[in-house]
Amino acid sequence: MTFRKQGMTRRQLLSQGAMAGVGFVIGTGFVAGRADAANWALEVEHLAPETMATLIQMARDIYPHDQVGDQFYASAVKGYDSPEAAPGIEAGIAALNEAAKGAGYGRYLDIGWERDRVDLLRTLEETAFFQQVRGGLVTGLYNQKAVWPIFGYEGESFSEGGYIDRGFDDINWL
Amino acid sequence: MTAPFDLNDDSVVVVIGTGAGGGVLANELAQKGVSVVALEAGGRYLPEDYINDEWDSFGQLAWTDPRTTSGDWRVSRDFSGLPAWIVKAVGGTTTHWAGASLRFQDHEWKARTTYGDVEGANLLDWPIDPREMDDYYTRAEAKLGVTRTGDRAGLPGNNNFKVFEKGAKALGYEKVHTGRMAINSADYDGRPACQQTGFCFQGCKWGAKWSAAYTDIPNGEATGNLEVRERAHVMRIEHNQQGKVTGVVYVDADGNQQEQKARVVCVAGNSIESPRLLLNSASSMFPDGLANSSGQVGRNYMRHVTGSVYGIFEQPVRMWRGTTMAGIIQDEAINDPSRGFVGGYELETLALGLPFMAAFLDPGGWGREFTTALDHYENMAGMWIVGEDMPQETNRITLNHDVTDQHGLPVANVHFDDHPNDVAMRDHAYKQGIAVYEAVGATRVFPTPPYPSTHNLGTNRMSANARDGVVNGHGQSHDIANLFVSDGSQFTTGASENPTLTIVALAIRQAEYIAAELGRQTL
Repeated sequence: MTFRKQGMTRRQLLSQGAMAGVGFVIGTGFVAGRADAANWALEVEHLAPETMATLIQMARDIYPHDQVGDQFYASAVKGYDSPEAAPGIEAGIAALNEAAKGAGYGRYLDIGWERDRVDLLRTLEETAFFQQVRGGLVTGLYNQKAVWPIFGYEGESFSEGGYIDRGFDDINWL
Repeated sequence: MTAPFDLNDDSVVVVIGTGAGGGVLANELAQKGVSVVALEAGGRYLPEDYINDEWDSFGQLAWTDPRTTSGDWRVSRDFSGLPAWIVKAVGGTTTHWAGASLRFQDHEWKARTTYGDVEGANLLDWPIDPREMDDYYTRAEAKLGVTRTGDRAGLPGNNNFKVFEKGAKALGYEKVHTGRMAINSADYDGRPACQQTGFCFQGCKWGAKWSAAYTDIPNGEATGNLEVRERAHVMRIEHNQQGKVTGVVYVDADGNQQEQKARVVCVAGNSIESPRLLLNSASSMFPDGLANSSGQVGRNYMRHVTGSVYGIFEQPVRMWRGTTMAGIIQDEAINDPSRGFVGGYELETLALGLPFMAAFLDPGGWGREFTTALDHYENMAGMWIVGEDMPQETNRITLNHDVTDQHGLPVANVHFDDHPNDVAMRDHAYKQGIAVYEAVGATRVFPTPPYPSTHNLGTNRMSANARDGVVNGHGQSHDIANLFVSDGSQFTTGASENPTLTIVALAIRQAEYIAAELGRQTL
């Protein structure tokens, strides 16, 4: 995953972008992390940058983990930036923005409260688009090895000799 | 040392499938000097190949050929194309199984007599006397190295077990221990003791868990009497004008169709593929499929009453560490209709890694209700319910002619509706499981719906009378003397125990029968 646009410093890159509603930086051909707190940027080729930013926010709203940074959500949905997937995603995000408008907001990204965004998603949860995004996240988000330590999950253990000498029975609060 | 048999050698016994049924049967026959060709749809994977990673392992081992589902079971909604979580590989689902090895209780062999006439259930007694099984069970336990049988010690309890045990004892449960497991508690049969690695479901990289892939299969091959052909997918079984089976047609590893002649054919492809094969072998003489004069092929599909309970605690459990299923409460595995259902259930420890927990905790769930559960993954404990479900004629495997597999064959449709007895049992088990965890201070509990089925049973069932089932008490089809069923599909009823030990014991018994009948020239 290219989180940095080649040949540009983060500062240069951010200077080209504009803050999107919730806080992504959206520029020509990229989406970047909220302000200076997060050090990542995702280039997009086939999706509009704003579409990708909306998709990342939608991903977080579906599976919100406050201790998990946006870059992991971005990584989980970056696969939709392909010639095959992009048209469906553009249409789905357009419909999401329409629904936001219909509910009296601007775009989806303009809705400030998670609760209000989730209420909107609930009205769309039977759609193929929502289910595509949600279903993809089950593996796209939770099967990222970089995410596992955030949840305490230790993953592979054979190479460490299992847990026979590493705490398989170390519970001390019972 | 592999014995290469000629395709036209019609003296061989062909075994289709190499799991707990077929793999054991093939070895047992080979040990007795019988020539065996075992055809396995999957490839060969050994401990060095297994992967400590849930999705990567699933991609390596699982049977993911297309299938369809119908019925009111939640698996059909959540995993419509994946009714079962079973393995396509040499050794079959013995690579994936957790190792729980329990004998049936006497009354479970006689379900119709014990439970009476349960409305909507197609109950039948097994045509086997429980005492007849004692010796076969003892031999199966020795083969598998089952802990807490013979002089084999139990496994040590991991963190997940300690939470489970404390809650169970607080509720007054007495039959609580680390299980009778086909996982070595000490070096046994040339395989090491359990190293508490976790990942039992992904294939044991130590070989501490028994699997046919690295025990019975190579042992059989070493005799020179067993040839295992990998990536050989059987399409149909052939027969002659006398109504005897004569061989099988399969697609070999290179995609070419071959026909292997046979003196005897034993079907052991599990309870979905075995009836599918019999149905796909329909001919002008047997228009409803082979061995199906009773109309029972594919019917009475059972999958055990299952479900899980997960609990979140104030402090870490780290349930994934150590043996996945070494923990059991057996107090509810009795027949006590005062609970509102017949039959019983076991509660067994279970852990999933984070990736599978995300997929299985509440399939389709999302939002903070879901994610706050995973936020406390480290503080979770888990258990699995295994109970006896009711055989129903309408729960069945049929051919779906609208969907074909990579070989152009109609796929299996798996239809399942819960019986009211199943629902009552599951609800009771959820309640008890939740109580176990609340007794240890759980702050939140999750009665989690069933996963895709690993215990697939009953679709070619044994019966005393030919009109009630597909095979007799030796797994020999009522209609065709030289056609046998050798897997869990021959189960008349499911009992409350994990089925593998019984499948193995029946395979040992069937091998004796087939060898004896071959000697008598009756096959």
